[in-house]
Amino acid sequence: MIRFKIRLALILISASVLLLFGYISSPGQELEAPPEPLPAPPTNVVISDDPNDDGHTTIVSWQLSRDDGAGLNNVMAYEIFRSTSPEGEFLQVGVMGKGLDSYIDRGEKEKTRNGEPNPRYIGAGIDYYYKMRAKSTTGTYSEFSELVVGQAKNNWYHTGKTNIMIAVLIFSGLVIYFITAAKRGKELYVRPIAGIDAVDESIGRATEMGRPILFVLGTGTAADLATIAGYTILARVAKMTADYQTKVLVPVNEPVMLAVAQETVKSAYMEAGRPDMYDEQNIFYVTAMQFPFVAAVCGLMIREQTATNFYMGIFHAESLILAETGAITGAIQISGTDQLAQLPFFIAATDYTLIGEELYAASGYLSKEALLLGPVKAQDYAKVILLTLLGLAVITWSFGWGFFKSLISTIS
Amino acid sequence: MRRQIPVVITFIVGSVLIISVFIPHKPFGQLGENFSVYFDIIAVFAFILGAGNLLRVHGNRIYKKHKDWPYSVVTVAGFTVMMIAGLFKIGGSPGITGDLTEPGSMFEDLYMYVFTPLMATMFALLAFYVASASHRAFRAKNKEATVLLLAAFVILLGRTPFGVELTSWLPDPLSFLEIPNLASWIMSVPNMAGQRAIMVGIALGVIAMALRVILGVERTYLGADSE
Repeated sequence: MIRFKIRLALILISASVLLLFGYISSPGQELEAPPEPLPAPPTNVVISDDPNDDGHTTIVSWQLSRDDGAGLNNVMAYEIFRSTSPEGEFLQVGVMGKGLDSYIDRGEKEKTRNGEPNPRYIGAGIDYYYKMRAKSTTGTYSEFSELVVGQAKNNWYHTGKTNIMIAVLIFSGLVIYFITAAKRGKELYVRPIAGIDAVDESIGRATEMGRPILFVLGTGTAADLATIAGYTILARVAKMTADYQTKVLVPVNEPVMLAVAQETVKSAYMEAGRPDMYDEQNIFYVTAMQFPFVAAVCGLMIREQTATNFYMGIFHAESLILAETGAITGAIQISGTDQLAQLPFFIAATDYTLIGEELYAASGYLSKEALLLGPVKAQDYAKVILLTLLGLAVITWSFGWGFFKSLISTIS
Repeated sequence: MRRQIPVVITFIVGSVLIISVFIPHKPFGQLGENFSVYFDIIAVFAFILGAGNLLRVHGNRIYKKHKDWPYSVVTVAGFTVMMIAGLFKIGGSPGITGDLTEPGSMFEDLYMYVFTPLMATMFALLAFYVASASHRAFRAKNKEATVLLLAAFVILLGRTPFGVELTSWLPDPLSFLEIPNLASWIMSVPNMAGQRAIMVGIALGVIAMALRVILGVERTYLGADSE
């Protein structure tokens, strides 16, 4: 018991001594860490115009803080602020990580959804004031950089699209040359395409079987070029069906497409000298929704037992459902689309497929008109030029010469 | 004149839109977006044409007791019920500003509990059709089909845990022969090269088609062949 009391007394004395030392060393105050050194601000901030826009974008560039990657090495990010006046309220418009020395400030629309002025708007010819600061890893900030001013300009030419413009001009020149040559009577040879050669045969088959033909213009819009290519093929097919006195059914998924398809088929029947055979009810609107449209078209195939199905235009997930239903009914199927993701489905499930460009060339092939074959010929020449350029770019870039690569590079 | 005016309009609008691609200056930079809005406005009015056509075609089939006319009754009934539910906002907030799609409204219920499941059912058919189409397409009928079959086999296997396990024992120097790596190579090299070749062709085809339409060489869509 006595030993216990002695131990307790020793412990109490030791604790008292320690407390006393602590009080003497820091009377009335807690221990404080030394102040965090602030990072240096970015310098030489420059505001320049984006040379390829219509006056709603500026480019902010700067020299990195001396504590970014060196010195204190404590810079985490840069914050960019903008205002319309040097004394006005500055709005933070962007944050860039350490090591980065430029920021593209894309202005937003002039008005917000509520119709109020949008502070993030950038207009052409207006002075905008910018300042920046660096943020450290501990959340402290540097001083602001010096205030700079700049403007966005409304530009007349997109410098990044020069190569595209030259390519379009060369290709347009080729198209016009071959159209002119065709007008003068020059014979143009184009390679045969199995899917187009099969059109006559498939319409003949439907006629022999006494069953209708189905023509689907896809689920795109009337203004899509692939749909327009679809109309041109529909016109040729409708003319043949008028000649063979076979019914053609055209369900469409867009009212504008309906008007164009009706006009196209009607004109084809008139051209074939059989306006009496034209029945407006065979070209009809179904629905604008993708899968209800598919359900209706698949039902049509099964009920009408169509002998030949054409799918020409833009297709999405419905391509395989349509093509497989057609295959189940035993129809000959010819498809054509420029949708890369749907091409494998069509190739697997239909008898003939017009792959990409063949869809656009089909009207020329079907009509055999020299005027329409001219652009097809121009496409072949353009492909030769492009392949040569690609080959040169690969070879020369392998040896470190980037001229040809820059010619075919995308817009920066 | 009925053909010439659309051709002239197409030429002017098409040419301006091509130029606008290279000129960011106002108003050229916004033209593409603006024309797209104009098209949407026209398309909205055209929906009246579509609804009229739907009712005329199916009404005619019902009236004449055309083959399979009961399907037309279902179509017209579905159209009418949805239109009434939407126009009169049954079960929802009334008035012009009332929300058509608020929970509990008849339109919303029909859309959520009838229309959406039916659409999902159609979409689900795709799974079965992929299997049946693959069965037909992957027959080794000739050299090309055999290559397709082998490539498909490697890719399908490479996307499964079994495919990963099957060749995971290969030593590092031979890791390129692991099935997932072979599958990735097929997708990113030969497949990608083929896709890009098709894309180049499509791009040229689109430009050629656009030029034919703009220059008035291609006028089939206007019914020009009747002239």
